[in-house]
Amino acid sequence: MKAMEVFDAFRDRRTVENLAGEIRKISKKSIVLMEVCGGHTMAIQKYGLPALLPETVTLKSGPGCPVCVTSQSYINRAIAYCRLDDVILTTYGDLIRVPGSSSSLEKERARGRDVRIVYSSLDALQIAKEHPDKKVVFLGVGFETTAPTTAATIIRADADKISNFFVYSAHKVMPPVMGKLVDEGVKINGYIAPGHVSTITGSGIYKDIAGKYGLGCVVSGFEPVDILNSVLMLVKQFEAGEPKVEIEYTRAVLPEGNKKAQQLLYEVFEHRDDWWRGLDVIPKSGLGIRDKYASFDAEKKIEVEVEETKENPGCICGEILKGLKNPRQCKLFARGCDPSNPVGACMVSHEGACHAYYRYSSHG
Amino acid sequence: MCLSIPARVLAIEKEEMARVSVRGVETLVSLQLVENVKPDDYVLVHTGYALQRLSEEEAMESLKVLKELDDAMDDLEDIPE
Repeated sequence: MKAMEVFDAFRDRRTVENLAGEIRKISKKSIVLMEVCGGHTMAIQKYGLPALLPETVTLKSGPGCPVCVTSQSYINRAIAYCRLDDVILTTYGDLIRVPGSSSSLEKERARGRDVRIVYSSLDALQIAKEHPDKKVVFLGVGFETTAPTTAATIIRADADKISNFFVYSAHKVMPPVMGKLVDEGVKINGYIAPGHVSTITGSGIYKDIAGKYGLGCVVSGFEPVDILNSVLMLVKQFEAGEPKVEIEYTRAVLPEGNKKAQQLLYEVFEHRDDWWRGLDVIPKSGLGIRDKYASFDAEKKIEVEVEETKENPGCICGEILKGLKNPRQCKLFARGCDPSNPVGACMVSHEGACHAYYRYSSHG
Repeated sequence: MCLSIPARVLAIEKEEMARVSVRGVETLVSLQLVENVKPDDYVLVHTGYALQRLSEEEAMESLKVLKELDDAMDDLEDIPE
């Protein structure tokens, strides 16, 4: 078997069927599991996994889509940056269509502002090198998976003595929100824990969730076999009454994570309180740039006037992100809010629960 | 957003970069976040950076355990009605 075939075997149909059969056999008590990560939400809907599970097993989508939990005030400030004549705004594609109070980055680009989609923060740094007369602002969005890449790029910019590269950070960390959801009364029995976040952090970050809250946490990969195998592991834990932290995604996650990436991440960033859509401020859940690297911090170095926040009152993104409601319970879903005309961030991002539900299931 | 894809390392380049192949498509990624990566390794790539070396051995081990499930199912199917 070639290596790539080994990795592809996690999509094998027969293994998926076997796992579903095993879950049906073992699951006796009703169990509600939350997949925290937007990538899992997308895979679950894409492969139609809920239809393979018995009635006892319910999957809920959580707050792990970074674009979805980003505040409107963040988008408004990004829009304000791109309206400055000497700024080139660089961003991952997911953010460009998220509505601010009265505009979006996409609309601003159509009006002639210099907004560029990049695939990597390194591309943004390259743009800064090519345009020394402009300020290049990069929107740093994402969890522990993405934050080290932004950190590494800032360190590279520092080494290369680039003075026109700035990061506007909305980077966040996962564990605080996973605890907060339970504190808020969201009824779940276990977490399908984010795979690529854990690649960086390791599985130790979930110890408190298992210990303090008595919830199983299984770090899962993103193929259908991975997800069903994780569900099976959580069902087994639950039936035995033994919640614990386990890794299903062993090919990509070590218990201790990636130490070098962690070290770079915390060289540049430090924890700060941060705002999450639907959850308000969560202590120590965000990542701000340390004073040592303040010269790369857009918030500290570029002053702008930011429009007031104005959310659409009909949008229930917040409750969906908390797992209290599902997208079909929103009166705007497919009636005024769809991927081509999104009202809330959960319909914009490909891994937002509303987008994934809209794309992969019927919605008459 | 955390989407990361497996890529095979073709060659190590200067400035901690590597040329990799993603299902036949070649691209450059940074090795700044990883250690001891060499050609023919598989790495998980995210936003232009390799995040981790993928373990083929661990993948094989997982598949072996899942294969046991397959055999168990076969046994079940063999039981006459």
